Amino acid sequence: MPSGIKTGLELRDVRIGLDGRELVAVDLVIEPGEIVTLMGPSGSGKSSLLGHICGTLPDQFKVAGQVILDGQSLDGKAPQDRHVGILFQDDLLFPHLSVGGNLAFALSTNVRGKANRRARVEEALRSADLDGFADRDPATLSGGQRARIALMRVLLSEPCALLLDEPFSKLDSDLRGQIRSFVFNLCRKNGLPTLMVTHDPEDGIAAGGRVINLA
Amino acid sequence: MLRFVPIITIAFMIGPVSAGLIGTLLPAFGILPALGGTGPGLDPWVTLFEQPGLWHSVRLSLVNGLIASFVSVAIVVLFCAAWQGTRIFRVMQRILSPILSVPHAAAAFGLAFLIAPSGWIARLVAQFSGWDRPPDLAIIHDPLGLAMIAGLVAKEIPFLFLMTLAALPQADTERTARITATLGYGRIAGWFKATLPRIYPQIRLPVLAVLAYSTSVVDVAIILGPTTPAPLAVRILGWLSDPDLALRFMASSAAILQLIIVLMAMVIWMTGEKIIGVIGRHWAENGQRFKRDQGARHGSAVLAILATGAIILGLVILLIWSVAGFWGFPEILPRSFSLRLWQREYDAIGSSLGTTLLIAVPTVIIAVALVLGCLENEVRQAHKPGRGVMWLIYLPLLVPQISFMFGLQVFFTLIGLERTLISVVLAHLVFVLPYVFLSLSDPFRALDPRYGQTALCLGASPSGVFWKVRLPLLTRAILTAMAVGLAVTVGQYLPTLLIGAGRFATVTTEAVALASGGDRRMIGIYGLLQMVLPFAGFACALLIPAILFRHRRGMSAHNRG
Repeated sequence: MPSGIKTGLELRDVRIGLDGRELVAVDLVIEPGEIVTLMGPSGSGKSSLLGHICGTLPDQFKVAGQVILDGQSLDGKAPQDRHVGILFQDDLLFPHLSVGGNLAFALSTNVRGKANRRARVEEALRSADLDGFADRDPATLSGGQRARIALMRVLLSEPCALLLDEPFSKLDSDLRGQIRSFVFNLCRKNGLPTLMVTHDPEDGIAAGGRVINLA
Repeated sequence: MLRFVPIITIAFMIGPVSAGLIGTLLPAFGILPALGGTGPGLDPWVTLFEQPGLWHSVRLSLVNGLIASFVSVAIVVLFCAAWQGTRIFRVMQRILSPILSVPHAAAAFGLAFLIAPSGWIARLVAQFSGWDRPPDLAIIHDPLGLAMIAGLVAKEIPFLFLMTLAALPQADTERTARITATLGYGRIAGWFKATLPRIYPQIRLPVLAVLAYSTSVVDVAIILGPTTPAPLAVRILGWLSDPDLALRFMASSAAILQLIIVLMAMVIWMTGEKIIGVIGRHWAENGQRFKRDQGARHGSAVLAILATGAIILGLVILLIWSVAGFWGFPEILPRSFSLRLWQREYDAIGSSLGTTLLIAVPTVIIAVALVLGCLENEVRQAHKPGRGVMWLIYLPLLVPQISFMFGLQVFFTLIGLERTLISVVLAHLVFVLPYVFLSLSDPFRALDPRYGQTALCLGASPSGVFWKVRLPLLTRAILTAMAVGLAVTVGQYLPTLLIGAGRFATVTTEAVALASGGDRRMIGIYGLLQMVLPFAGFACALLIPAILFRHRRGMSAHNRG
């Protein structure tokens, strides 16, 4: 983990362009536990920005500015070394692994011993009200259960920041509010600087933080 | 290391083709020091042009290749136009995939047993017409090569159909069909006017591969083709196998002539494409709707069913012959069945299956590893290769085998690898790599890239993502690609025969060698053996993922491959 001092996620004059056209330009600091919402129409480069922050943006994009997490620059680091978690609108649970396997995939190798790792997985399941789901096939779970597992999976990887890419848009409307508060509460409780992109204004209202509109 | 895999892979395909072409070109002009040819000259060509019936052979190769390709393409596009999105279309899709894995030689034998004068169809007719002996007709080995065309068409339809199937989603065909229908077009006319122009560029390379194959085929021509004279490729093999080594020079010239014939066929074909393109554009705009196309639709279904039915029935008859006791004309079934021949051949069967696997296992493993390396490199470099690369992948399928196999043999002799397993595996790889690539690239590229991104953001290393996420998700696609590769190596006749110089007796070389003897029971046995390994491969590709992931319902959706 970086310096150990939690100062949040800082996007210093970050600009992303493609084929000579500027897609997105932001300059902001997200404090630990703060949830910032980025609104904008599709094609406005929101997802490219998240890709840039977690290091998976293809190199045909032109990028300027700095991304700093807890005082350390992320630029040039491999995605797996950044400690930035991301949730997409699909849960993307690995279909070849069990629920427990998915969660264990995210656990660091520093958590040693089979029993110890299993205990951490069980604990995560318990905190998502999914006790005893470790051996289940993810394909047999409901959409809400899968969304919660996906969040627990990210949290088990001990990220220092969290990115949300329209995470609630595929959920039924009655589930959406419940999953939203589940996610937001855990972000705050874990002190994660969180950046959410969405085109649903209600997401921003529910997050209760700053809302930035991209042109 | 990974970034060099594409270059290595291409070298494995292009290297042998180039070396082989050079090794054929030099003797074609008199240069082959090992056989005393030192100075360049035109003698081989003079000898070649003196061969009786040479131009007849050339015409047979060119014309029959063009006809066979045109008929296969016509049946496939007509069938797709008429039936896309219907039940019969989906049924056909299921039936044709396994048929694709049947080696050409086995399919040709099956067809021969079906349509020969003493074949099963004649026996059926005899029940009603009262024949008591086979009709006196040259149905197989007919001078015009119609039986050979039929064999090629029946065997190329599954390949072209599956390639077309892969192209369909990219052209948004379902919605296009709905639009043409609401504009009042008949199914076939709507498809030909609105969908075919978008599909054809995607299937053009496979079509050209079929053309090159049909124009230069050896094994099917030996089994079904004319004999007096035979198509050029068959005669070249005869000259190459002649004990008189001096004939090698002329054979090389003939191999170059064969290459020219294939190139001519492609020029003629592409000219035809242009003409049809121009006419087609006018036709598309003239507003004719051909609403009543029931007749054509049913006709196309009959043709497609006939072609597939012939292969399936042919294989069944191979099976019956392999266990037949006395089976006189015109009886529909043998009077008795016996496993005597299977028992007698038991050891020989084991050894030819063993030899086939000895070549197939390393070939398939190397091919799949290289192709996976190429595709993984593509993901990590985050860019897809252009269309030019597709030409490189198809190159081994566009150059006639007989035109570079002898040269490759010369080349391997030069570097001291003649008659070794290594050289045979290298020769097989040339043809296995393209098919494995074609089979694996679509499912690999279709995998949601966010799985990889998610895994990376969870802290997994790129190689961890490959081994723990992408590979398991692609289990079924990879096993299918392996089965495809296995089917391709099992079916190889010329590379095994020429590069192995007779040392490697596989099920296919044994089967084709039986063609001239006419022992139907033995042909039945070896024809069946050719199918055993490919079918076993595809069965594994279905069963292993089903067992491995029996508790993972989500895997069936992710692994259609």
